[in-house]
Amino acid sequence: MKEYLNTKGRIFDIQRYSIHDGNGIRTIVFLKGCILRCRWCCNPESQGFAIETMKVQGKDEIIGRDVTVAEVMETVEKDRTYYRKTGGGLTLSGGECLCQPEFATALLRAAHEVGISTAIESVGIADYHVIEEILPYLDQYLLDIKHMNAKKHKEYTGQSNKMILENARRIAESGMTKLSIRVPVIPGFNDSVEEIRDIAKFVRTLENIERMHLLPYHRLGQDKYDGLGRRYLMGDVEPPSLDKMQMLLKVAEEASGVECQIGG
Amino acid sequence: MGLYTYDSTEISKSKRISKLVDDLYAKMPEIESARAVLITESYKQTENEPMVIRRAKAFQHILENIPIIIRDQELIVGSTTIAPRGCQTYPEFSYEWLEEEFDTVETRSADPFYISEKTKAELKEANAYWKGRTTSELATAYMEPETLLAMEHNIFTPGNYFYNGVGHVTVKYGEVLAIGFSGIKEKAQAELDKLSLADGDYQKRARFLEAVLISCDAAITYAKRYARLALQMAEECSDMTRKKELVMIAQNCANVPEKGATSFYEACQSFWFVQQLLQIESSGHSISPGRFDQYMYPYYKEDRDKGILTREFAQELMDCIWVKLNDLNKCRDAASAEGFAGYSLFQNLIAGGQNSEGIDVTNDLSFMSITASMHVFLPQPSLSVRVWNGSPHEFLIRAAELTRTGIGLPAYYNDEVIIPSLVSRGLTLQDARDYNIIGCVEPQKSGKTEGWHDAAFFNMCRPLELVFSNGMDKGVRIGPATGDVEEMKTFDEFYQAYKDQMDYAIKLLVNADNAIDMAHAERCPLPFESCMVDDCIKRGKALQEGGAVYNFTGPQGFGIANMADALYAVKTLVYDEKKITMKELKAALTMNYGKGLREDDIEALTAEIAKGIKESGKEVGAAEVATILQSVIAASQAPEVKQNGERILELIDEVPKFGNDIPEVDAFARDVAYTYTRPLEQYKNPRGGIFQAGLYPVSANVPLGGQTGATPDGRLAHAPVADGVSPSAGKDVNGPTAAANSVSKLDHFIASNGTLFNQKFHPSALSGRKGLENFVGLIRSYFDQKGSHMQFNVVSRETLIDAQKHPEQYKHLVVRVAGYSALFTTLSKSLQDDIIRRTEQGF
Repeated sequence: MKEYLNTKGRIFDIQRYSIHDGNGIRTIVFLKGCILRCRWCCNPESQGFAIETMKVQGKDEIIGRDVTVAEVMETVEKDRTYYRKTGGGLTLSGGECLCQPEFATALLRAAHEVGISTAIESVGIADYHVIEEILPYLDQYLLDIKHMNAKKHKEYTGQSNKMILENARRIAESGMTKLSIRVPVIPGFNDSVEEIRDIAKFVRTLENIERMHLLPYHRLGQDKYDGLGRRYLMGDVEPPSLDKMQMLLKVAEEASGVECQIGG
Repeated sequence: MGLYTYDSTEISKSKRISKLVDDLYAKMPEIESARAVLITESYKQTENEPMVIRRAKAFQHILENIPIIIRDQELIVGSTTIAPRGCQTYPEFSYEWLEEEFDTVETRSADPFYISEKTKAELKEANAYWKGRTTSELATAYMEPETLLAMEHNIFTPGNYFYNGVGHVTVKYGEVLAIGFSGIKEKAQAELDKLSLADGDYQKRARFLEAVLISCDAAITYAKRYARLALQMAEECSDMTRKKELVMIAQNCANVPEKGATSFYEACQSFWFVQQLLQIESSGHSISPGRFDQYMYPYYKEDRDKGILTREFAQELMDCIWVKLNDLNKCRDAASAEGFAGYSLFQNLIAGGQNSEGIDVTNDLSFMSITASMHVFLPQPSLSVRVWNGSPHEFLIRAAELTRTGIGLPAYYNDEVIIPSLVSRGLTLQDARDYNIIGCVEPQKSGKTEGWHDAAFFNMCRPLELVFSNGMDKGVRIGPATGDVEEMKTFDEFYQAYKDQMDYAIKLLVNADNAIDMAHAERCPLPFESCMVDDCIKRGKALQEGGAVYNFTGPQGFGIANMADALYAVKTLVYDEKKITMKELKAALTMNYGKGLREDDIEALTAEIAKGIKESGKEVGAAEVATILQSVIAASQAPEVKQNGERILELIDEVPKFGNDIPEVDAFARDVAYTYTRPLEQYKNPRGGIFQAGLYPVSANVPLGGQTGATPDGRLAHAPVADGVSPSAGKDVNGPTAAANSVSKLDHFIASNGTLFNQKFHPSALSGRKGLENFVGLIRSYFDQKGSHMQFNVVSRETLIDAQKHPEQYKHLVVRVAGYSALFTTLSKSLQDDIIRRTEQGF
């Protein structure tokens, strides 16, 4: 067996038949551990690298398990016929997959080498050489940009956006992958016309951008915070209305000059 | 690469269609007595004549006298009842159930019908004649006592044809369109002329052919009555537009179905009379229009080429036919009504696919069939589409758009499985390629087949119950003595006992079906239906007597997922891992896993125990029975019984289940399905054909599950049994692709009477062009893996509310809101409410 197939990593879920993250029908592998701590995060169990316990419908569930690339590929292979018919494939999500660079690279390589298309959902915080390593195996990069203001970004996510923006530019310049920018629209954080327009203007300066997505905030992760014994910092914040999303979509379209859409 | 270039542009809906639909559904459907009265009058006058002649004369008498009506704004005419969506009755098949249900039929929950006191009285009078003369009574007389016993104990039910006509046929509509009934009469006359008075089978053949002549004349007469009525209405009509329409209707009915159709409009009217009159003759359901887009196309094409037909008017005529298909109705007995819920007549109409030469023949009418269902938005026809590698992509996208509406149509069928499967049953390749679907999922070659496709429901769970009871049910022996289950040392021994119970029950099922088959041949040969199926005229034989080229009997089994999971759980927990003993499992099943027993279960258990005591020689009086009853009630509620049940349920829950793409479990399920499909193949029916299995339950999995005790897959007593070949509700937790992969592992080729795979989706899964593309990709992928059929429920708000109330039924329901997917039932109530509120929103 090829050595990289034995690479170990930590995941907390594999979700088959995912149709809203990248092209076609996809299998998403959720890697555990993230460098950000976004207040609205809908997968709070993904943030820590440590294996932990979460209450799900009153029962304790172990979140996180260590697996090899070969083990993951066994599941990924099961839906190959669906990928072929729909242009789908493997997506790495998280957490932040770049936090496990060796594992993420090996997984993408394993899929790429057997002809399965690849994508990652990532915020792009890592030394650029890490990203450079994966680019040869990556067909599609869904990169999150949450805010243009470094200070506000740090306040709400725990990290500055400096490296994200820099890496976004370098990935775009490389031309090695199809790059889409995704913006979670969070009431009270970045849902003003100005804030969305700023991001869209930045997108305009990038080359080779496929598309820009506006992902409306939702509260579906709320139960998980209870399950982890953590406080949900978003309180009663309501998801943005369809009208508002459509208004922001127009703003994004005009400012970015690329194709924009609501949702993944 | 298809034969036709097609125009797929959308056509808008005419106002007429909304009015026709509104009028049709203005009232509760009603039972009428005309047909029953007329057939009884006729039968009384023909008592000493050959049965086939009596049938034809009765058909003639009905069509000459049954009240007729042209409903407001109709363009296609021919109504079986005066009341919209009303139904006639068919006492020659059975009538007693209806009399028993006279007072409840209007208030029952499944498919209620209004019936007036006058109708009740008329039916009572007519029905009195039929005592001892029905097919169901003769069928009963033909059955062995053990067969009747097995039916009484709900091992299977052949209720469909036991109490009703057979239907389940697609006739040669195309031939009627081409040569009319006058042409068919000429064919019959030519055969009649060839006969010699001294032929050994002269009497049989001559009488059949004469019956065909009478029946064709009856149909012609009926159409002419409509021509006269339309003219008369035209004379009285002051609205000039409607007047013109009525004159046109009169012309059509004067020409067809007597003669060949000379225009698309005439072809539509001719089609309709055939479709309607088949049901007046026989009471059968699933009389399926089949490849409407193929046999209608030449008329459409010619009129379009001549420039005398707009696509809009063609669409309006098709829409009118679609409405009319919902005007036909049938009243079933209360139990059957639950099994076929939704007033459905299962008139299956299929679009797309290849022709007998293997070339794709999707055409304008294929697209317009989908549009018609979109316009009319009613359950009939049961619209199907044929899918193969050569299907135009846009056609499937259009079909997916219809699926997205949540109407549950169309169903998708895989040419790549069905064609070879039919060839394996003796059809020529050309005939197999030209298949269409009957009723729910059953393939046949139109105009050549008497398929008896819906011959019975066979509950695969009941034989497993008999393994645990050594063949006894409620103190009566109904299966072979396969031994004390607690003494079975290996899983193979246990599995063999199941197979023995299955084999025995299947044999009785065949006995029941063949008895009913004989009764139909003797008492209800159908000359009108037969004259439109090869080779009845040539052979001088009715369909019911074996006149068709291809003859089958197709009873359907259901509960595969339950039995796969149950047997796998027994193997794992009792034999491999020895986590529970057979004794513990048996006790848990008897006590419904400690989840409480229904009153009738308690009574049955009590009777069984009392019987055991009696057999050991002791007296059991009323006082003893009361004591036993009390002890059974106490036992069913005992804490240790509850704990034991809970523990075993938890263990079962951990055993892998069918539907999750686990190779070992799926292979097991494949083998379990063979316990039904393989034994059936060896049996023959009285028409010279073979039995072929189907694997689908219509909606009988719910009522028949109600008659089934707890099963070792963790299913509680009386809960529904799994639907078709789908995994048990809530047991598939790895999403739709995993479920589809598992189901595709079953052998769909051997189940040549059809398999049924249901999936549920949230509308957002099909949103946008991308959603449709992914959806079509999912179907194509399942079909690549040799699945046979797929249908979809796109969940509505109502479904989500139901899922909140019954989460155990919806464990696998994935909802996707705001770009995030989740298992619906794992969310908190408030979030569920949130999603329900958003169902109508765009994202």
